[in-house]
Amino acid sequence: MNEMAIEMEIPEDAFNPVEPFLRMERMPHIWCPGCGIGTTVNCFVRALLSSKANLDNVAIVSGIGCTGRVAGYARLDSFHTTHGRAIPFATGLKLANPKLQVVVYSGDGDLFAIGGNHLIHAARRNMDLKVICVNNMIYAMTGGQTAPTTPGTAVTSTAPYGAYEPSFNLVALAEAAGASYVARWTTYHVTQLARSMGEVLNKKGFCFIEVLSPCPTLYQRRNKMGDGLETMKYYKQASKIRNGAPTGECALSKSGEIVVGKFVDRDRPDYLELMRAQMSETLGSRFAEPEVPVCSL
Amino acid sequence: MAKGFVAVTVERCKGCGFCVEFCPTHVLALSSAFNSKGYHPPYVVASDKCSGCDLCGMYCPDFAIFGARYAR
Amino acid sequence: MHADPKGVLTGVHFLDGDHACCEGALAAGARFSAGYPITPSTEVVERFAARIPTVGGIFIQMEDELAASIAIQGAVWGGAKAFTVTSGPGFSLMMEHIGYAAMTETPCVFVNVQRGGPSTGLPTLPAQADMMQARWGSHGDYGIIALTPNSPQECFDLTIQAFNLAEEFRVPVMMMLDECVGHMTEKVVIPKADSIEITPRRFTQRAVDQFHVFEPDEHLVPEMAKAGDGYRFHITGLTHDERGYPSMNVEVQDRLLHRLQDKLKPLANGRAIAETEDLDDAEVVVVSYGITSRVAQRAIQLARQRGIRVGKFRIIQAWPFPEQRIREIAGRIKAFVVPEVNLGQMVYEVERAAAGKAKTIPVPHAGGGVHHPQTILDAILEAARI
Repeated sequence: MNEMAIEMEIPEDAFNPVEPFLRMERMPHIWCPGCGIGTTVNCFVRALLSSKANLDNVAIVSGIGCTGRVAGYARLDSFHTTHGRAIPFATGLKLANPKLQVVVYSGDGDLFAIGGNHLIHAARRNMDLKVICVNNMIYAMTGGQTAPTTPGTAVTSTAPYGAYEPSFNLVALAEAAGASYVARWTTYHVTQLARSMGEVLNKKGFCFIEVLSPCPTLYQRRNKMGDGLETMKYYKQASKIRNGAPTGECALSKSGEIVVGKFVDRDRPDYLELMRAQMSETLGSRFAEPEVPVCSL
Repeated sequence: MAKGFVAVTVERCKGCGFCVEFCPTHVLALSSAFNSKGYHPPYVVASDKCSGCDLCGMYCPDFAIFGARYAR
Repeated sequence: MHADPKGVLTGVHFLDGDHACCEGALAAGARFSAGYPITPSTEVVERFAARIPTVGGIFIQMEDELAASIAIQGAVWGGAKAFTVTSGPGFSLMMEHIGYAAMTETPCVFVNVQRGGPSTGLPTLPAQADMMQARWGSHGDYGIIALTPNSPQECFDLTIQAFNLAEEFRVPVMMMLDECVGHMTEKVVIPKADSIEITPRRFTQRAVDQFHVFEPDEHLVPEMAKAGDGYRFHITGLTHDERGYPSMNVEVQDRLLHRLQDKLKPLANGRAIAETEDLDDAEVVVVSYGITSRVAQRAIQLARQRGIRVGKFRIIQAWPFPEQRIREIAGRIKAFVVPEVNLGQMVYEVERAAAGKAKTIPVPHAGGGVHHPQTILDAILEAARI
């Protein structure tokens, strides 16, 4: 180091609290400098710690994309599935063993483009899944193509003259489909994000958290919006926390205001509760409770 | 005497600058030195200001830094 | 081990193939199914939806076949035996996930009650034109097992066998019915649970740090695990090493892909499931499967009445193709006659295995009905004249 480095005394037993949750043998990860996905993972780990969950019972399911790689780095029972289909996989996993806490961790394109149909049906059913959607407004892994969340007039590799399609308002969509918990934060809001993640780990039903994140290599760079740090500063400056705001009024744009907060937190019976109620009502004592796990013969 | 400390895994750092920017007490700055990948890792400029809040650790996308309180 | 009596509807029944298939799944221990309606397969899951709440398990009708075909795999990794059911257009939609099941070695069963195709085709009429698709429908190099019942009784028996093979080889198994067999109603005898052999899932007993979810045993098949047992394993569709971690290089790809197919080799050889008759002195052998095999039975009978020495090879396990047995027969006969309700699919496998040692005569049918026995008889007569 050239500068006068000031030595800090570091206790011998000090360790990064996130490391026990990661497959450290696979570090370093593939994410770019300034990408926010790793930041969301820190928040997730803090939420796991504070929820005192038994980690053997937490399963993480992801799809394909940069965010989809989270499953591969998390030291949990983890499933890197097919593009767009993390949610139906997670549905089967949860129904076979309802004791599992099943978290779906995937990106905006994976969950809302190819996976859109599955998201709305899982929300409709109020399947007990915790969905964390990292929204970088682009298809990053494949080189920066337009996503359903890419705001108009942004330039992408498949919209080289600027996007012109209206973009999805993910929180409004999730609420309309029936989600029991809907929140949006950015990677700047680490404390609130960790708290939201902790809340959903203790809540039954379909829970959805959107996290805005920079993609400095593709989205920000092509749109001359600076690097990851610039984007984080934009998040800090442009975000307005409006808990309980109507999700229909929370649309995002290329460089405008970002409404963040917890928008929906309601109690509805989840899929299994509904199933049990209906079956017991119709079948009475003939209804056989599905074993947990469902048959390991 | 500082309430907390930070530890940097220099080789994992990608010089994104989040920890430097968002440390509430400006404990860190990006150094002019390089790690082996060519990134400028952070270094401590104000150790007595560190409260061990671990915001740096929360922000770091590369799991390359963490802070903690000294045990009393 | 023996079947769980809760799922076994012991007795003598009058059932169609679809219904018998459902009972086979229940007897085999299936307690999770995800499906999507499509003629002529829907009855399988309709019956499962009616039966499972009193047996103890879950049926969920998903929003499409893409969801159904992966939901069952989630359930498998949650510990359940699971299956889905479809027909041609749905089978096409499921292809990516059949590949995922093969790549992740997820034991599960896909039932395809084949109908006229391509595209929407003939939803209520039979065909056998998805046979090659069952083998090659997903992208890349992988292997699967496919069984072809020819009666409702076999729909029951072979579905149990399908689940057993899935667990033994950690592979997706295709039950390839056709609309005729699925919708014909016949006597189905379901024995007592303690006379039904089922293969339990080979859950690992190893310590957490000793278990690798893709580490093969001496039969090239890894042990299984389920989420929630503390193994913290990782599953991915990316090319992976024994730990399940993505490892995208030539050496790992070569090792993995060869093993995915090599583990099934015993079935291509001595263990191939087939029903044969009069092969010893045959000069012509009729190779058929599914509903066609019943028509062929009549043609063979008529041919024998005319003094032709014709044998029968009824394919029950279509994939891996029983090439060792076909090759051996080819060496001592004049010709194979291969009737199928398609324009030629399994006939090319027969031809390939015969390697020119015997002629192969296809008897195609575009679908929507079955052959007339005379058509097959004519081909047998032609073969006998060679």
